[in-house]
Amino acid sequence: MSEKTIHIQYFALLREQRGTASESIRTTAQTPAELYRNLSQTHPFTLTQKNLQVAVNEEFASWDTPLYDEDKLVFIPPVAGG
Amino acid sequence: MFELSHSPIAINERQAALQSEAAGGFVSFEGRVRNVNEKRTVTSLEYDSFGPLAEKEGHRVVKEAHEKFPIIAASCVHRTGHLQIGEIAVWVGVISQHRGPAFEACRYIIDEIKTRLPIWKKEHYREGDSGWINCEQPESSPES
Repeated sequence: MSEKTIHIQYFALLREQRGTASESIRTTAQTPAELYRNLSQTHPFTLTQKNLQVAVNEEFASWDTPLYDEDKLVFIPPVAGG
Repeated sequence: MFELSHSPIAINERQAALQSEAAGGFVSFEGRVRNVNEKRTVTSLEYDSFGPLAEKEGHRVVKEAHEKFPIIAASCVHRTGHLQIGEIAVWVGVISQHRGPAFEACRYIIDEIKTRLPIWKKEHYREGDSGWINCEQPESSPES
């Protein structure tokens, strides 16, 4: 499995729990679901995948979207606009 | 049109931009920062947003309103940053030939904006603590 670089931005509760607004990581994760599982093992995220949506390259995406080198990824916590 | 704004929303300008001689009705909605939520005293609200996707999705919502209702024009602005009690967090304005579609489209836009855009708010409470709405107990509070 080849490693790729994924650029992640964090917002709201996830930003606070991760302690940073963005990071670029090297990973072998094939999908956002796999990557979130991996990150949850090392960071104190309280939100589970079913609470979140995911965006890849600034568009809503499904959790099993294949990840490619240099993709931009955002895990979207439950929203609360208005 | 849809826009995120880091500065206070200039309502007069927004309203003035919605002009048409064919418009017989103008409906607007202002969402304001209130001082209480879930029985707790709120002192301020902090908005966070994933700008590029919030703007894309906001444009989609306004476009859908045009498709669903016979309106002439619609506009929506959502604030970001740290807001004080009474400040306007979101503004929606719609003009149409007759009042019905303007009311319906306005309602549609604010309802969709609240549930679809990647925008988050953190309430700061009188006691000094704070919390991200819908994030702290996500399963039990799908709506704010």
